[in-house]
Amino acid sequence: MPSRLHEWVVTVDHKRLGILYIATALIFFAVAGVLAALMRLQLAYPNATFLPPDVFNRLFTMHGTTMVFLVGMPFFAGLANYLTPLMIGARDMAFPRLNAFGFWIFLFGGILLYLSYVTGEGLAGHGTAPDVGWFAYAPLTERAFSRGTSTDYWILSIILTGIGTTASAINVIATIVSMRCKGMTLARMPLFVWLMLVVSSMVLFALPPLTAGQVMLLLDRYLGAHFFDTQAGGSAVLWQHFFWVFGHPEVYILMLPGFACASEIIPVFSRKPMFGRPAMIGATIGIGMLSSGVWAHHMFSVGMTASSNIYFAVASMAVGIPTGIKIFNWLGTMYGGKIRFDTPMLFCIGFLFQFLIAGLTGVMLAVAPFDWQVTDSYFVVAHFHYVLLGGLLFTLFGALYYWFPKATGKMLSETLGKWHFWLLVIGFHLTFDTLHFAGILGMPRRIYTYAPGRGWETLNLIASIGVIFQAAGVACLVWNIIRSLRKGKPAGNDPWDAWTLEWATSSPPSDYNFAVLPEVRSSRPLWDLKHPEDPDWRYE
Amino acid sequence: MNSSLRIAGALFATVEFSFGQNVHSVANMFRPQATPADSVYNVSMLMLAICAAIFVVVGGLLTFTIVRFRRRKADDPREPAQVYGSNRIEIAWTVIPVLIVLVLGMATARAVVEVQDKRMPADALKVTVIGHQWWWEFRYPDLGIVTANELHVPLSTAAKPAVAALRLESADVAHSFWVPQLAGKTDVIPGITNTMWIDPRQQGTFLGNCAEYCGMQHANMLIRVIVESPAEFERWVAEQKLDATADPRVAAARATFLSLNCINCHTVSGTEAKGTFGPDLSHLMSRTTLGSGMIPNTQENLRAWIKDPQAIKRGNLMPNLQLNSRELDEVVKYLSSLK
Repeated sequence: MPSRLHEWVVTVDHKRLGILYIATALIFFAVAGVLAALMRLQLAYPNATFLPPDVFNRLFTMHGTTMVFLVGMPFFAGLANYLTPLMIGARDMAFPRLNAFGFWIFLFGGILLYLSYVTGEGLAGHGTAPDVGWFAYAPLTERAFSRGTSTDYWILSIILTGIGTTASAINVIATIVSMRCKGMTLARMPLFVWLMLVVSSMVLFALPPLTAGQVMLLLDRYLGAHFFDTQAGGSAVLWQHFFWVFGHPEVYILMLPGFACASEIIPVFSRKPMFGRPAMIGATIGIGMLSSGVWAHHMFSVGMTASSNIYFAVASMAVGIPTGIKIFNWLGTMYGGKIRFDTPMLFCIGFLFQFLIAGLTGVMLAVAPFDWQVTDSYFVVAHFHYVLLGGLLFTLFGALYYWFPKATGKMLSETLGKWHFWLLVIGFHLTFDTLHFAGILGMPRRIYTYAPGRGWETLNLIASIGVIFQAAGVACLVWNIIRSLRKGKPAGNDPWDAWTLEWATSSPPSDYNFAVLPEVRSSRPLWDLKHPEDPDWRYE
Repeated sequence: MNSSLRIAGALFATVEFSFGQNVHSVANMFRPQATPADSVYNVSMLMLAICAAIFVVVGGLLTFTIVRFRRRKADDPREPAQVYGSNRIEIAWTVIPVLIVLVLGMATARAVVEVQDKRMPADALKVTVIGHQWWWEFRYPDLGIVTANELHVPLSTAAKPAVAALRLESADVAHSFWVPQLAGKTDVIPGITNTMWIDPRQQGTFLGNCAEYCGMQHANMLIRVIVESPAEFERWVAEQKLDATADPRVAAARATFLSLNCINCHTVSGTEAKGTFGPDLSHLMSRTTLGSGMIPNTQENLRAWIKDPQAIKRGNLMPNLQLNSRELDEVVKYLSSLK
């Protein structure tokens, strides 16, 4: 046993590191879920006194920070690490040891954040986690308003996890550029790999402003700088620009891995190639580029000029165009297919409907005047949970069911998978459909309680009841994973009759991935192998 | 059924949130009562119509595809026709969204300009709104009035339009001023001065919240905008302009109040109490709530608040002054006289 543990600690194998990333993400996901459930318990009734305000404020800060930096980001890193070399026919990532470094520094960053619950010092003395919100608007983070060290834990852990993510991004790019097998031109690369290439490039552009902002904040707090210290002439709005120049691309950095998974799963279960593949790649690059020019749509209410507001409104709406192309391409892929409804595909179908709504509420939020009403309200909370839970998490769960057999050699149970899916769908809609309306009725986000009589009671109660279903769904997943690891059906090399290279090797793949490095002639090498009479390369 | 529901709803509104008169307790942005909120409402309705149409078309296509192209048992085992794309269809579903963005973009631009670039009339009522952790200060520079948490403005009618021009400033961290039925929110940020305006056309009390997380008691930084007929508003102004009462019947209570630490943070006009850290108390009894809209302004609540403000609004910046019961009685008696 110790030697097995030792193997995992010292590993530089991309598959093990990928599994470590994803397992860590799932654990932090469970923790963040508990934090969310506590908040929903407090908000189920008006004037509830279950949680005092300071505890509640720490919960939403930790929930947001965890979900973005310790769940979404490692899911990206884990999937990219596990699948990229397999899909491009390589034996490992370009920099295996950088890969291990990235994981461990990310993990220590995450642990540091939670250590604040024990050792952080804040207004309430020892044991104070950060309480400034996950985007930590200045000057609330300055020492005048945030005494003690809780905010420093937040700053340092984000810098650390950022180093890990940057290492992953560099590694993914280097691997894709230099490690593709023979015949794997960029044009033939699986869409998953393409999307990971775009995400990694976005990481390299988006993270530096975040890190710079954190360093400036640290200088403010300890070395008497005044970047964001308004009492000394600093600018509160400057922080918002730094944060959202990172924060908006970040939304797509989180979301594109979900698109990447959907773009592998939907074709396989529709039994057709991706419809409009070049347009799909183009749309992804388009989203990546547009996303760096729309950050101030998080700031429509800070008092920008009319012309700035109009620019950011129209630019943000324009993101809807490539995003729409993606939805249409998935639709076109399914159209005329023979769709199999195994659990991975169910999650992708849930994703398509929910992401359609998330996209439409996103367009609504780009309408600056509407945004003046609903920004920082529960409408926005509902919107981004539609994106990140209804969109991203659904595709990630689909991906888990899809690639779990490859990584472990065991199938997950379809029955438990369907329970997981339907419970999550019911819970998700109970919680987040209703919260849109709470926002429209004037309920601001981040309030620890509310008075009765403002039309929010029923909506909040339904939203809280939804959590029970969501928790039950996730419990099905946990049980499914434990049960299948012990006695799941053997998966074989290619349980889904799929077309990309990872399905050409054993499940789980050996240390060296492929005994003989493959050579490909199209974007669906296994289709070519299975259909010698009608191979894809004939149409290239 | 329907009417009993309505009665229940009415009871809800009056019983549960009864402090203050004629309170519009449900702050629904789709029930606008002022021009800036109308502009938002109009562009929002167009936006909702477009988005609903897209949802029906795309959602319908998705549903149709999933039902029509599911694999059936009777299907032959061969793979379906392998289609790689179609330039014509792909161009169509690129161009149509571009056109939609153009239309929605222009409607947005128009609404932004309507609200943001409106020229303020010369007779606009000027109010400086100052956000504090966790209460609102309202200053009327032309009228020499300072009050807190309850913003009084006159009713605007077609015959006599009345615009209130708000300047938004913060004393500490970022806040946001949001009264959904009157206008969208505008952030209240230290170091910069933002502006917004309202011209409410319905009397009564409109509710709002601070909408930018600002620390421990962000949840209880509530806003009440009290819209009155011009005559009522003039009466309110005249009362507020007066110095605080010097009623000889409360002279002893007044002396006690002025001897305590209260005066370091609070102002009572015409006395040596000139603190500016907390809300101005000169006409405290003209307000309907305490603790920034948290509890009704009654004798019992006032006493409980002064006795231990932390028990009511944990973390707020008014300390427990540890008054003995005689001091407490005197302070409550004096404050209760500040009509």
